Amino acid sequence: MSRTESLLAVRSLAKSFGAEQVLRSIDLDVPAGTVTTLIGPSGSGKTTLLRCLNGLEVPDAGTVAVAGGPAVDFGGKVSKKTLGELRDRSAMVFQHYNLFPHKTVLENVVEGPVVVQKRPRAEAAADATRLLERVGLAAKRDDFPFSLSGGQQQRVGIVRALALRPKLLLFDEPTSALDAELVGEVLSLMKQLASEGWTMLVATHELQFAREVANEVLFMDGGVIVERGAPAQVLGNPREERTRRFVQRLTDPL
Amino acid sequence: MTGEDLSLVLSSFWPIVSGAITGTIPLALCSFAIGLVLAVVVALMRLSRIRVVSGLARFYISVVRGTPLLVQLFVIFYGLPSIGLLVDPWPSAIAAFSINVGGYAAEIVRAAILSVPKGQWEAAHMIGMSHSVALRRIILPQAARVSVPPLSNTFISLVKDTSLASLILVNELFRTTQEIAAFSGEFMLLYLEAALVYWIICLVLSAVQNGLEKRLDRYVAH
Ligand SMILES: Nc1ncnc2c1ncn2[C@@H]1O[C@H](COP(=O)(O)OP(=O)(O)OP(=O)(O)O)[C@@H](O)[C@H]1O
Ligand SMILES: [Mg+2]
Repeated sequence: MSRTESLLAVRSLAKSFGAEQVLRSIDLDVPAGTVTTLIGPSGSGKTTLLRCLNGLEVPDAGTVAVAGGPAVDFGGKVSKKTLGELRDRSAMVFQHYNLFPHKTVLENVVEGPVVVQKRPRAEAAADATRLLERVGLAAKRDDFPFSLSGGQQQRVGIVRALALRPKLLLFDEPTSALDAELVGEVLSLMKQLASEGWTMLVATHELQFAREVANEVLFMDGGVIVERGAPAQVLGNPREERTRRFVQRLTDPL
Repeated sequence: MTGEDLSLVLSSFWPIVSGAITGTIPLALCSFAIGLVLAVVVALMRLSRIRVVSGLARFYISVVRGTPLLVQLFVIFYGLPSIGLLVDPWPSAIAAFSINVGGYAAEIVRAAILSVPKGQWEAAHMIGMSHSVALRRIILPQAARVSVPPLSNTFISLVKDTSLASLILVNELFRTTQEIAAFSGEFMLLYLEAALVYWIICLVLSAVQNGLEKRLDRYVAH
């Protein structure tokens, strides 16, 4: 796989909370139009890594470059403007959806495009409606989030991310909070996005999704990427003992 | 009750109610509006990461909550003139009540802001909002929902507390009643009548509060 067309390039990224080093020198490339899944035990740093890429957390050191933008070097002082520009290139889907409960489905989706990106409301609403149609939620556009199922809320969460027209989609365990029977509708939407050529970085425990959809799987533990490679290799024939035990535990919990 | 009593109650009813309409209610509304703005500012100051700013807010809240309202009122109306600041009854009363509401409501607003889940800030930042835009469009509307019941209680208390303004010569419900009582000598009857009018006002406010909560509940699951 060529590394020259990286849409996301991360070098030596580090982040500590107090004395706890949560990310230690992470190197990571996601080629344009590919899907990378991030697996690893609880507390291994998956969420923190995604948050650093979206500027929700400011790393202590290292560089991040997204979609041809400048490599932002967190070794020095990073201005709010630079952080904002980095954030604008990606959009995040949260484990707990984090929809705005006081806004309707449509308002949730157009909030960013209209209020932040200053696009005309009518145009943003038309775009949003088209996206909602695609995920089968056009009928819900004037409903409030509480009246939707978890799977529907998460699909709105995905539409809200898409409406920002990002270059990179970040998913933080998008199906972990869902009842088992609702997981499929979200995963199949993500699969569809992958086939349309979206560049995606997905933290997940859904190994089947990783096997079917991912171009590369990264196994994280203790703030480092322990192993990386094609899904068949990392999940089917891991080199590292830690990876093997983790995959074993997820596939056969008993 | 004799016929004489009844006619006194009836003839004094309108003057007392008009004391409410021209005194108690505008006094409470003005003070509450100003106090609420003050409360939001103080709550945000209290949440500030800048130590001096949050310290100032903490000091203000502590003083307001740690001293009697009547004393605050007297300091402004009877105290300030002795340092050359003469303030009329109405502005004095509005100032004292606003400052008082500001202190109590600030804690309510602060708690409401803190009760909004962290994920809401994250989602707001994710879609590109700055801190102040996120606060205005995402956090405060949700905090407002949470703070309606306690703020309604603050307002109802305020309506009753405005009776203290009678002591600095504001012609509101209670001072009107006192004047009629002193003139007629029927203290029991007239003070009971004043109590009844306060009670009716508070019943109406409770009903308004319920309606408001229902309206704001439309986006919350039950
Ligand atoms: N804001 C924070 N303050 C202090 N410690 C934090 C903070 N956020 C995360 N951590 C710590 O960083 C470590 C990594 O957390 P992170 O949430 O990134 O792990 P994760 O791989 O996403 O785990 P999970 O699978 O449970 O979501 C954990 O030990 C966590 O306690
Ligand atoms: Mg996590």
